[in-house]
Amino acid sequence: MSDLSLTAAAPVQEDAANEGRLVRGLLIGTAVVFLALFLVLPLFTVFAQAFARGVGAYLEAFSEPDAWTAIRLTLTVAAIAVPFNLVFGVAAAWAIAKFEFTGKSLLITLIDLPFSVSPVVSGLIYVLLFGSQGLFGGWLQANGIQILFALPGIVLATVFVTFPFVARELIPLMQEQGNAEEEAALTLGATGLHTFRTVTLPNIRWGLLYSVLLCNARAMGEFGAVSVVSGHIRGLTNTIPLHVEILYNEYNFVAAFAVASLLAGLALVTLALKSLLEWRYGAELGSRARH
Amino acid sequence: MRAGELLGLLGPSGSGKTTLLRIIAGLDTPDRGRILFGGDDATFLPVQQRAVGFVFQHYALFKHMSVADNIAYGLNARKRSERPPAAEIKRRVGELLDLIRLSGFADRYPSQLSGGQRQRIALARALAVEPRVLLLDEPFGALDAQVRKDLRRWLREIHDRTGQTTIFVTHDQDEALELSDRVAVLDRGRLEQVGTPDEVQENPASATVLRFLGDAIEVEAITEGGQVRVDGRPTPVVAPAGLIGPVKLFVRPWQLQLVEPATAHLTGTVRSSYRSQGRQRIEVARPDGGLLIVEDSDGERYATGREVGLRINGGYVFG
Amino acid sequence: MVDPPRPKRRFRQPSVIPGFGLTFGYTLTCLGLVVLLPLAALVAKASGLGLSGIWYVATDPRVASALKISFGVSLLAALTASVFGFLVAWVLTRYRFPGRKLVDAVVDLPFALPTAVAGIALASLYAPNGLVGAQLTKLGIQAAYTPVGIFIAMVFIGLPFAVRTVQPLIAEIDKEVEEASATLGATRWTTLTRVVLPPLIPAVLTGFALAFARGVGEYGSIIFIAGNLPYVSEIAPLLIVIKLSEFDYGGASAIATIMLGISFLTLLAINLIQAWSRRRFGYV
Repeated sequence: MSDLSLTAAAPVQEDAANEGRLVRGLLIGTAVVFLALFLVLPLFTVFAQAFARGVGAYLEAFSEPDAWTAIRLTLTVAAIAVPFNLVFGVAAAWAIAKFEFTGKSLLITLIDLPFSVSPVVSGLIYVLLFGSQGLFGGWLQANGIQILFALPGIVLATVFVTFPFVARELIPLMQEQGNAEEEAALTLGATGLHTFRTVTLPNIRWGLLYSVLLCNARAMGEFGAVSVVSGHIRGLTNTIPLHVEILYNEYNFVAAFAVASLLAGLALVTLALKSLLEWRYGAELGSRARH
Repeated sequence: MRAGELLGLLGPSGSGKTTLLRIIAGLDTPDRGRILFGGDDATFLPVQQRAVGFVFQHYALFKHMSVADNIAYGLNARKRSERPPAAEIKRRVGELLDLIRLSGFADRYPSQLSGGQRQRIALARALAVEPRVLLLDEPFGALDAQVRKDLRRWLREIHDRTGQTTIFVTHDQDEALELSDRVAVLDRGRLEQVGTPDEVQENPASATVLRFLGDAIEVEAITEGGQVRVDGRPTPVVAPAGLIGPVKLFVRPWQLQLVEPATAHLTGTVRSSYRSQGRQRIEVARPDGGLLIVEDSDGERYATGREVGLRINGGYVFG
Repeated sequence: MVDPPRPKRRFRQPSVIPGFGLTFGYTLTCLGLVVLLPLAALVAKASGLGLSGIWYVATDPRVASALKISFGVSLLAALTASVFGFLVAWVLTRYRFPGRKLVDAVVDLPFALPTAVAGIALASLYAPNGLVGAQLTKLGIQAAYTPVGIFIAMVFIGLPFAVRTVQPLIAEIDKEVEEASATLGATRWTTLTRVVLPPLIPAVLTGFALAFARGVGEYGSIIFIAGNLPYVSEIAPLLIVIKLSEFDYGGASAIATIMLGISFLTLLAINLIQAWSRRRFGYV
């Protein structure tokens, strides 16, 4: 390589800081095949199995009243848990991102805690609180209040497992945006609430939507934690995932996959919207969500 | 601070200029001291009620609002009873857009504007609420040199036209000296001097002010009978009363003159010289190893290695 | 502005932004009621058992083998997920190919797909008569109802963690550093192993730890494919559920405490890795 020749006829030089074409192709191929086998195939299976005996058999799964109770329960739980965590997440992000105080990183760690707890343990801790032998069990029984094996318990367990979603998305986003725009609004005479509504909220709206989307997917799909606190009372305390489990264990595969396809559809919609938000509004999402 | 004046807060970075500005605006709280607006104590007045117009260094424009909405923000944020009617707000926005010469830009968004344009929008937004005092934090800091120059002149024009009491913060001496009616020099949280640009340049109150306003060399000197002597020879510099003994004499490059070594206060060897904008700048190495730069306009060539003498025609000593 | 500000210890730095008291108070209240109080109930229960009580439960052969399976298989699965996760992250950030954005979106599938749905799908795929299971059986591998099935499920749920922790760092690699290495005469392989990979190690380790922690605690996507044979393919979270259904709160709490202990150690390890990475490379 002592003489340099730069002629137009010379073949295109390989990028010095890149792998060769062959290696590149091989790596891309491996990655794509691996993802297809491990991630896409299971998703495909859900729909394949659901429609294995035709559309009629698929629809039959939804003629069962238990299926509808499960759908209603799941929607109810999400309708309570998601707004709760939305309000919590915005409040926590405001306190953490807009102010400097001692113990901030400890607070963030504590908020993140539910993500590192096994779903089953998340359910267990509520059983220890509200179960018949639990801390408040006796008092609840004496007063005729039902938390475990009922809606409140399912909601609580769902709130727990989805607790960090909104906060941990908004904190980095709001930290990155800083306080300048809020300060500008305040110097112009706006009140705190007016500032939040007209300046902060519009700035975090896409991040908020993004996190609510993920929070909702998890809330509707949570299995382990809910399974522990629900008591599996058919037609009463079964959410969609629990209903899927029961159908599957009864070897009613078509119905199980049919109901599961609802959740898989939700996952696909969530993923599509999530990707759309990332491509379209990447700069307005928390740094964690950008890639 | 006088009503209607344009005051420049000048100081090196970290000197507390921005903090002072933020305290005046009510964005930061002072550890001690008070803030007075025309005799009223505003120290504990919340930021919303101070009626200041603050222009942030990076403008802090509301990204999701159009230019018109940005400018109208302060008026729209008022309580319904104090809010001007929509037509009046629209008229006021139009006026301000004319003032900043961006009339056609009402419906644009901040991301579609250049840095200089954003700067002007930020100014219009602050002016819209008719503030008692306009505060500008490094108003030209984030702009490139040419835009900077244009905007400087333009800001002076706006000020002369509106008579708006204004404080602006800068670390650029030229900017402060060119723009301000009066300059306040800050260093490490202390106010060193307040005065007109001429005053602070001709009579700097301290070595810090002197150094900050331009290049200067330090020379060992002795004061005797009100006269400052260097190397035994008298200089035209008059020492403050009561100052006797060894002192530091600060000399600006243009207060030095190249002369024959025999009659000079200082001597040295020419290290290099170059011409720039009609003047010759000569780098002279002192016997103690120190370097100094002399400006000379008499056209004589100074070759490298030549022994030269320097006469001190002026300078400053501080007690 | 006459005196320099006195340094004063304050809980909160002063700020004009309003609403700290309200939002901070609300945050603490929610955190306390939803997260800390229930976790305290577990801690209380565990300390009631004492170390000896927990040890007694942990050394029960069935519990011990469940813990061994959970941790052992999860370790292997996290390792696999890290290797393939790195490959996927590299391919997605460094190469341009048709469908790249789609592939990128697919990586998050295990985050979005409910675990129970993933569980029954994997079970039916890898069952001896399933699409993949039938092929594996021909090769003499039985996946479903064995630790192999657990492994597959854990790789499935761990993969996004491995990809998403390294991906942003690969994207930030300064191309000029690689070019500099090339101009200095290094082969591509040398450049990769000596220049590109070392700064990525902390992120890979973090991704590994996250995938591992997730695998240990995972329940929904595993129980269907695992077959749950005691001593063979029974995982620790399932034992908690079993103990609870027998109203053995103590036993369930003991296993939960051990699992929590391990996940805290993992969390600690991640923090140490990141602290080290910040010192060594200046970023997380």
